Amino acid sequence: MKRRLMLLLLPLCFLGLALFFYQGLSLDPSQRDSALMAREFPTFEASTLRDENRLVDQTLLEGEVTLVNVWGEWCPACKQEMPQLLELADRGIRMVGVNYRDSREKGMQFLSEFGDPFEVNIFDPEGELGFDLGVYGAPETFLVDADGVIRYHHKGYVSPQDVRERILPEVEKWR
Amino acid sequence: MALMRTLAAFVLLAIAFGAVAGGIELREFDDPVTEKRYHDLTASMRCPLCENQAINDSDAPISADMRDRVYQLLQDGQSDIEIINHMVQRFGEYILYNPRLESRTYLLWGLPIALVLLGAIVVVLMVRARRNASAKALNAEERQRIEALTNRKRSS
Repeated sequence: MKRRLMLLLLPLCFLGLALFFYQGLSLDPSQRDSALMAREFPTFEASTLRDENRLVDQTLLEGEVTLVNVWGEWCPACKQEMPQLLELADRGIRMVGVNYRDSREKGMQFLSEFGDPFEVNIFDPEGELGFDLGVYGAPETFLVDADGVIRYHHKGYVSPQDVRERILPEVEKWR
Repeated sequence: MALMRTLAAFVLLAIAFGAVAGGIELREFDDPVTEKRYHDLTASMRCPLCENQAINDSDAPISADMRDRVYQLLQDGQSDIEIINHMVQRFGEYILYNPRLESRTYLLWGLPIALVLLGAIVVVLMVRARRNASAKALNAEERQRIEALTNRKRSS
């Protein structure tokens, strides 16, 4: 009897490991959390997209729950998610853009063509702020609470479904 | 004719080499140690975008940015650990091919060791059980039975 049990142990171990690895296969490595979660928005100093003489820094994001969207004129998904961002702005959510690895001219053209949900756009042509935010491709969206702490991160395209099921609940949660 | 062909081959080879060299970033290092550290660091970090390439092997823009940053931090005189922390702070543990030992990765690092130990225990137990079994002497009844079984004549 004892021997039977011992023999059963091996297939059980195998089954356990197989299940564990099978579950690992179904995970999407691109859906990992940002390293900045629950940390303060990185310090920065940059000019704005519209006005090269206006300097802003991280205090821009304090005082109110803000969605920070990293975008660029060169990024197709950024164009597709603009209607969703405009809807979010219509709902009274404060939006700040980071114009990532772009030129002023192209960035402004993008906004006049696809709409401008942003209160202000941080101009980041060299991608320095993007690097500190751990951005490795646009678009990326961060939810920053009133204390300037990053509370939610959305990688990639924001679909209308994402707005309803993820972004709006998160905004409500941190307001 | 043969000479012409050889020449042509050399010219083609030279062009090919030129093309390859064009894709490589040229970086100047003060000393070979820093250069070695640069190569080791960029080989030990995973590109966040392309997932199965190290940043020294990837053409993704973010990998180029990260290589630039590693180089810049080396020039600033930062240690390897400082540079790794700098990157992990921004891009997460994900970029390390060798995850660090911490509470979240105990299972990862510990499981292989635990399995080897478990295997060793099982082997020891089995060897012992076998030795005990063979050492056990047979009693008279068993001996008789074996005798009967091995020496019985075939009736057919």
